[in-house]
Amino acid sequence: MYAADEKPMPLDALIEDAQRVLRVCNACRYCEGFCAMFPAMARRLEFTENDIHYLGNLCHNCGSCLYACQFSPPHEFQVNVPRLMARVRGETYRRYAWPGFLGKLYDNNGVAVSLISAFSIALLFWIAGALGNPDRFFAAHSVEQGSFYALMPHNLMAGMFGAVFAFAMVALFMGFIRFWPYMGEELADFVKKPLAEGLHDAFTLKNLGGGGEGCTYPTEQKSFARRIFHHFTFYGFLLCLAATSVATVYHYVLDYPAPYPYISLPKLLGTLGGIGLLIGPAGLLWIKAKRDPDLAYRSQDGMDAGLLVLLFMISLTGLGLMIWRETGAMGTWLAVHLGFVLALFLTMPYGKFVHGMYRLMALVRYHLERRRPVPGIAPE
Amino acid sequence: MLDTSKTWDLLVVGGGNAALCAALMAREAGCSVILLEGAPKHFRGGNSRHTRNLRCMHEEPQDILTGAYPEEEYWQDLLKVTGGLTSEKLARIVLHHTSSCRPWMMKHGVRFQPPLGGTLHLSRTNAFFLGGGKALVNAYYDSAERLGVEVHYEAQVTDIEIEGDSFKSATFTLGGETHQVRAKAVVIACGGFQANLEWLEEAWGPAAKNFLVRGTPYNRGDILKLLLAKGAKQISDPLQGHCVAIDARSPKYDGGIITRVDAVSLGIVVNKNAERFYDEGEDFWPKRYAIWGRLVAGQPDQIGYSIVDAKVMGKFMPPVYPPIRASSLRELAAKLELNPDALEKTVREFNAAVRTGTFDHTIQDDCVTEGITPAKTHWAQKIDTAPYFGYPLRPGITFTYLGVTVDDKSRMILQDDKPCKNIFAAGEIMAGNVLGKGYLAGIGMSIGTTFGRIAGEEAAKHVRG
Ligand SMILES: Cc1cc2nc3c(=O)[nH]c(=O)nc-3n(C[C@H](O)[C@H](O)[C@H](O)COP(=O)(O)OP(=O)(O)OC[C@H]3O[C@@H](n4cnc5c(N)ncnc54)[C@H](O)[C@@H]3O)c2cc1C
Ligand code: HEM
Ligand code: SF4
Ligand code: SF4
Repeated sequence: MYAADEKPMPLDALIEDAQRVLRVCNACRYCEGFCAMFPAMARRLEFTENDIHYLGNLCHNCGSCLYACQFSPPHEFQVNVPRLMARVRGETYRRYAWPGFLGKLYDNNGVAVSLISAFSIALLFWIAGALGNPDRFFAAHSVEQGSFYALMPHNLMAGMFGAVFAFAMVALFMGFIRFWPYMGEELADFVKKPLAEGLHDAFTLKNLGGGGEGCTYPTEQKSFARRIFHHFTFYGFLLCLAATSVATVYHYVLDYPAPYPYISLPKLLGTLGGIGLLIGPAGLLWIKAKRDPDLAYRSQDGMDAGLLVLLFMISLTGLGLMIWRETGAMGTWLAVHLGFVLALFLTMPYGKFVHGMYRLMALVRYHLERRRPVPGIAPE
Repeated sequence: MLDTSKTWDLLVVGGGNAALCAALMAREAGCSVILLEGAPKHFRGGNSRHTRNLRCMHEEPQDILTGAYPEEEYWQDLLKVTGGLTSEKLARIVLHHTSSCRPWMMKHGVRFQPPLGGTLHLSRTNAFFLGGGKALVNAYYDSAERLGVEVHYEAQVTDIEIEGDSFKSATFTLGGETHQVRAKAVVIACGGFQANLEWLEEAWGPAAKNFLVRGTPYNRGDILKLLLAKGAKQISDPLQGHCVAIDARSPKYDGGIITRVDAVSLGIVVNKNAERFYDEGEDFWPKRYAIWGRLVAGQPDQIGYSIVDAKVMGKFMPPVYPPIRASSLRELAAKLELNPDALEKTVREFNAAVRTGTFDHTIQDDCVTEGITPAKTHWAQKIDTAPYFGYPLRPGITFTYLGVTVDDKSRMILQDDKPCKNIFAAGEIMAGNVLGKGYLAGIGMSIGTTFGRIAGEEAAKHVRG
């Protein structure tokens, strides 16, 4: 059995197969210029389970090394690094989920989980609003009337979302605090110069570039499409996060509550970010539909698409809310929007979202390790 | 889609580096080109898909090449390895060509990278392909497709019709059917015959049964044989080629570069009688590994065992197959199916002959043996620290040098020493003109790129005037 298959395999077999493939790559090294994974691999003579999780999270799934590989299936060596590493990352996510038993959530279909949670929460909000005070819920409120806070008091909203978000952050932090030492590093070393370099790589997605030519998405012909759509997604997300943060400061520090006019910092950030979160996830979904299935481990498609759909819907409903905030439909838009946002927060530590953190850690580790001497081998 | 009534400007036989270079050049010059590759699409590109670099002459540092590798030094290197079995005229064409062909390669999508870990000693002389030879082959196929070269896979050429000094047509099989293709010129670039075990056996005797073929199973030399029978002038002989010692556990074909075992110079090598048979420390392994194929081929059953102890583990490039490991020599002998008494005796005698020096695997150190035959002249250390490790070795054939003679226009020469009008040969099938013996890392791709491009250009000139 090989990780190049689509069949499920026990963890031990996956690690063993990864060791086998990495031995092949390490004896070959032709792909050294594509990304950070190969130089990191070449520092090692043997591969422990820890190494494999580290290398797995360094691989950006750009696909270049699959097409360049003279040993890719159907060759009997069955070398398919992108799929292998995708499977390894799946194990990392499951293993470092906190609390541990929730790691099982990765076995479910991500899209279904995301949509079911989003719509159930939305329905709850809607029922609470519509049954609790239908007149208010279905009435049109002007911006001056405080629009959605007329329906849900700000403190209740902030408190509820803050609590869920805080829990997600704690859960993510628990992954961080365990994975970093697992890779064999000191916590104090995380916040050094390599952190800046790792962040640089994450913000530019340098490794999602196949060594400068782009990656093999959506087709074997290299392009930067995937990196660009990820940038839309990533920066869109950051802008929305910034919008929320600015609004929180306005509210609590400057005593200037929402809603804000179209020309205001939170609105501008949020609108820009929202557009990014429409274009990015839509583009990534399109690529996913078109790409060579050999590049991925297909049972993870649900996990990826789950996050993509949530992000897209958050943005779509957010923009809808903004446009129709002074109409009677506002209550319904609000319920659905909040449903998606809360679903994102809830599923954050148990879905695709965690990739950003593990990837960043692997990148920082790479820059830490890069400075250390390589074990000496005979001149070849 | 296959139009057999058409007469093409150029037919290219084969689908590796030399074939693609010829097809691209001719297409760029405006020819209509059909390329017939015998392998299925996934395994296209012959031995070229296993390569990693080409050797380039340069007078000053270039992008990824350090220092200078001047013509004279390159020529002397070639002269040394071939012992003079080379055509100076053709060789110098290759050297010159390599100093200027890379921009053209890059135009067609080939990318270069600095030398790989473990190959720094080649940073001055060899330009490495980003992603290796398969990435290069993919880039050329993409370019050929964009430019409108007609490519067919699983198209095995079985006959070449020649009249006097001219090519008329070729026969090939595709999808179980036999077709004829006519063209005004042909470039033959279908490699050597190293995948043809029967032919190897004719040359090497029964020992060839135990050879492993490092590259493509599709280079069977049928067209080479046919050309020689139809009057082409032979170059080199069937025994010449590149033959190295590789891990005996490798697949019969297509194991590629990764089956190397770089432990040899740091330990001892014994045959199936558990006896040593050659100086393992004669020189750095990359300089010597090309003789070990023949050395192992000369041993009973064509098998050898590289044996090292714990002291040197981690000091050589990690081979693809894990070593066979044991806590004592006797146990190792049993696992390798060697006679334990005999192995113990060999190691005892070897250890007794080791003179203490300062071991340093990065230089030619002063660790030698005394009073033992064969001697070990560098890196001789007692084999005494458990665990012990063994790697079984077999001869691995890379490519053969037997080929057809060509002139400076890459035209095939006939037995009456006259060049053909419209038959060109490029790559492995004519490499013996430049490389009659020995090997210089990266020269295979240099020869193929040079004569592939010349063949394409000259064929275009012939066709379009
Ligand atoms: C493991 C390995 C590593 C190597 N590394 C290097 C290196 O780093 N640098 C270097 O310079 N050289 C290297 N070489 C040598 C190099 O591969 C060859 O010199 C070079 O590839 C020859 O190119 P070619 O186009 O002539 O032949 P090939 O690339 O072998 O192409 C021959 C083509 O002809 C096709 N063919 C054969 N018969 C027929 C037929 N009857 N009909 C139709 N098609 C046919 C085959 O399918 C194949 O596509 C290496 C070789 C091996 C095996
Ligand atoms: C440290 C920061 C990050 C890095 C290095 C990073 C890197 C990557 C890489 C390499 C991929 C492609 C391979 C894969 O599917 O795993 C990917 C996919 C994805 N990323 Fe990120 N990411 C980061 C942060 C984020 C953030 C903050 C978001 C948005 C909230 C995001 C959203 C996505 C989505 C939705 C996918 C799936 C795309 C698909 O299925 O094709 N990423 N990321
Ligand atoms: S993916 Fe294939 S070509 Fe690339 S380093 Fe690994 S074995 Fe070599
Ligand atoms: S990032 Fe790309 S080149 Fe690097 S290991 Fe992953 S798939 Fe291969």
